[in-house]
Amino acid sequence: MTTVATVTDEGTDSPYALSHLDALESEAVHIFREVAGEFENPVILFSGGKDSILMLHLALKAFAPAAIPFSLLHVDTGHNFPEVLEYRDRVVAEHGLRLHVASVQDYIDRGVLKERPDGTRNPLQTVPLTEKIAQERFDAVFGGGRRDEEKARAKERVFSLRDEFSQWDPRRQRPELWQLYNGRHAPGEHVRVFPLSNWTELDVWQYIAREHIELPGIYFAHEREVFQRAGMWLTAGEWGGPKESETVEKRLVRYRTVGDMSCTGAVDSDATTLDAVITEIAASRLTERGATRADDKMSEAAMEDRKREGYF
Amino acid sequence: MSNSTTEPVKPLSTEQLSATTLLRFATAGSVDDGKSTLVGRLLHDSKSVLTDQLEAVERASASRGADAPDLALLTDGLRAEREQGITIDVAYRYFATARRRFILADTPGHVQYTRNMVTGASTADLAVVLVDARNGVIEQTRRHAAVAALLRVPHVVLAVNKMDLVAYEETVFAKIAEEFTAYAGELGVPEITAIPISALAGDNVVEPSSNMDWYGGPTVLEHLETVPVSHDLATCHARLPVQYVIRPQTAEHPDYRGYAGQIAAGAFRVGESVTVLPSGRTSKVTGIDLLGQPVDVAWTPQSVTLLLEDDIDISRGDLIVPSGDAPATTQDVEATVCHVADAALSVGQRVLLKHTTRTVKAIVKEIPSRLTLDDLSQHPEPGRLVANDIGRVKIRTAEPLALDSYADSRRTGSFLLIDPSDGTTLAAGMAGDAFATPADEAAQAGAAADEEGWDF
Repeated sequence: MTTVATVTDEGTDSPYALSHLDALESEAVHIFREVAGEFENPVILFSGGKDSILMLHLALKAFAPAAIPFSLLHVDTGHNFPEVLEYRDRVVAEHGLRLHVASVQDYIDRGVLKERPDGTRNPLQTVPLTEKIAQERFDAVFGGGRRDEEKARAKERVFSLRDEFSQWDPRRQRPELWQLYNGRHAPGEHVRVFPLSNWTELDVWQYIAREHIELPGIYFAHEREVFQRAGMWLTAGEWGGPKESETVEKRLVRYRTVGDMSCTGAVDSDATTLDAVITEIAASRLTERGATRADDKMSEAAMEDRKREGYF
Repeated sequence: MSNSTTEPVKPLSTEQLSATTLLRFATAGSVDDGKSTLVGRLLHDSKSVLTDQLEAVERASASRGADAPDLALLTDGLRAEREQGITIDVAYRYFATARRRFILADTPGHVQYTRNMVTGASTADLAVVLVDARNGVIEQTRRHAAVAALLRVPHVVLAVNKMDLVAYEETVFAKIAEEFTAYAGELGVPEITAIPISALAGDNVVEPSSNMDWYGGPTVLEHLETVPVSHDLATCHARLPVQYVIRPQTAEHPDYRGYAGQIAAGAFRVGESVTVLPSGRTSKVTGIDLLGQPVDVAWTPQSVTLLLEDDIDISRGDLIVPSGDAPATTQDVEATVCHVADAALSVGQRVLLKHTTRTVKAIVKEIPSRLTLDDLSQHPEPGRLVANDIGRVKIRTAEPLALDSYADSRRTGSFLLIDPSDGTTLAAGMAGDAFATPADEAAQAGAAADEEGWDF
């Protein structure tokens, strides 16, 4: 029955050194279990994107053979990729999970939120998200954010205390020492938890390959009707594109991140397998967000400003 | 070897990429000794800075009227940092070579940010201390060496920077290396590697320098790639803090009761007799689940689930150890703390103490001394500690703790002090003696020694 799932480096390290993926996995599992042990009502933000799929996979491993002691929360912008929604519902059913949905469309229909002139709904997620957290009294909210994504995120703690308005104050963060995460919070406050803090985009893909994790098809190269806006290939659809001046083309593309259709760009790619995707990313000279996210390009501190307001 | 250092993340197979190990390291340096340049150089020359990041830096530099891209903008992520041109908080950076993945805790160098270096060093396997070759070992260098020694960072690199400004003179480097090694060695830093570099010119950072033929050692990156990361488990006391009890209570697993946690030190084996602290109850390991997969042996830092022979009362906060190798439990903790909060820590103050997965009430009984990092002198009975102070404390806890000495185990010898009123993290604590006994002195003292070492 002996199985030791560990690879060692040639020569320099002891046979007890973990591979970097094993080390990252172990750390993430530790974080999931800390939250399960210390909080009353945690929830995993689940978008159907690769990072949240990875979080779910790690959570399943952390509590096996028992069920995950958390529910899921999806902030639905109303402009989601249909393949991703289908994936979301399938996973929820398969694992018997409970899914909460906070809907941006609802807020727009009720007149609480206004559509932005640029049609981007990503920044509109903050209000439905924070209200849902307050309403359901979630005290820990797992996010798939990684520090390698963006320079404001590089300063984010694994346990990030948010006030009753969900605000992040980068100057008042608790120092994070050893693996001793301090999750104490006052009623009304909550903690954002980032188990993938130390993972890079490449780590995520390598781990997905190693663990044979299924992903929505839009992560792999496929023919798609897209049009160009601000240097990015956006999916044509009812959400508001293309405009008259923009032309739709059929191109072989894939997505590196999955967010809202209105702000997530596709990249030209012929990578149809995990190995091909990994090779492509390893050779890419663009960051994940730089290549595909419009919302981060709004200003030098776009991410920091959104995070201060409660964005994850 | 030099090829692999300059061509990272070339399309290797998934297996090759997965087999690399992870090194966590921290950088420390004074304000103008070139830390940002070194970090920028490591990221840039290992091709970890991507085109859009570089373009963003170029745009921002140009809009500020700078004539060259300011690489510090790569690492200063917050508005306030960019406005003030300083780094105010620890940031974590990621880069990779074909041999290893690196997590770099980029810690600010200002005197008032000692807590940031403590934060970065707490999880680091290695610390890089930067020195300006023109200035040599200064007070700040001694502080950084002392923090690395206090936090028991296993490997310390002295990077003597700006060698280009001292004509790449071997004697300049040798003198600084000697002075630093003597000082850090006295503090008990176990391994010191001195490397002469020019971060600006790129000498000995990633590429070996032709300007310093007299230097035969590794470049900074080569050293980072080859330094061993794990400890000899044979000499470690095995420790498993229980995080969570897994009880599926399903038809498939009606009786499963597993104790989940990350192994903090050493290794556990099926069949081993174990003791649970603080209760002292004993049992035997009947199974180990490594994330759903049964194994015979597991070790630090694997996250596992232990199954025991007896159905004894175990919950979050307990510590599972091999029978016969248990730490003493105590309610009187003597430790060194680094105060990290803005509000002071005073004698008589009621706090919470978080040790592994256990949080207990505690009271600060005494603050016998405060350490002056500049010269390691001690200030007796300071009464209170303020932000960035390092001091000795005596703490009484409401419940017994199974606390190792920090010297034996960084994970089970460390703790946090927390303000019970608002949850603020007040201090980072390390149980037992502050500094290690220097290697040669320890050897002289021999087995009989009840050596206080560099305690203060």
